[in-house]
Amino acid sequence: MSVQIRYFASLRERMGRASDSIDDTTVTSVAQVWARVSGNRSLPVNTLVAVNMQYADLDRAVQDGDEVAFFPPVTGG
Amino acid sequence: MTVQLRDVDFDPCEELAAYQQGVLDQRGKYGAVVSFVGTMRDFNDGRAVQAMTLEHYPGMTEKNLQRICAEARRQWDILDALIVHRVGEVRPHDPIVLVAVWSAHRAAAFDACRYLIEELKTRAPFWKKEQWHETARWVEHNTPVS
Repeated sequence: MSVQIRYFASLRERMGRASDSIDDTTVTSVAQVWARVSGNRSLPVNTLVAVNMQYADLDRAVQDGDEVAFFPPVTGG
Repeated sequence: MTVQLRDVDFDPCEELAAYQQGVLDQRGKYGAVVSFVGTMRDFNDGRAVQAMTLEHYPGMTEKNLQRICAEARRQWDILDALIVHRVGEVRPHDPIVLVAVWSAHRAAAFDACRYLIEELKTRAPFWKKEQWHETARWVEHNTPVS
């Protein structure tokens, strides 16, 4: 299963990269995606999650081809 | 319902006039136009700000703003809405966002315009990074309404 991961703003800087890609059938939820890309670090407080460009929770299931994004609270307008 | 992202400076008054002239197909139907323009300050949290960079999530930003417009249309009797939002580097006094709503009567236009800007600020994936004299910092939250 292949999942694309994207990071934005301060979280992108903290991660040191804008994206990741994982190919692992044992990863089935957003929380597991984060654990995998972060090396089991805790998610920074207030981090938001989107799956396929829609807001989602950490327990949201991920499927092959999904795009998962992690980012800080938004500050537009 | 039109959503546009711009990577260069824009004039909100010209945008509004051009949209009414060219795109809006409601001539004679609307009796109210309410617009909001958000402009960059040269201060924030008591510090002088020289410039700001607006990052966004291409694709999700547009989808999210279209969804917010659709929600407004379901809640109020409005004829059309326009959102223009800057991305990239912004200077003090530059417009950041234009929100405009057309309706037959003023109440719907006022309420929907307020809804659009407040939902945009809490849901649309934009992030501001302020440039101070020698440093930069990510803005962590928007200014509360009251």
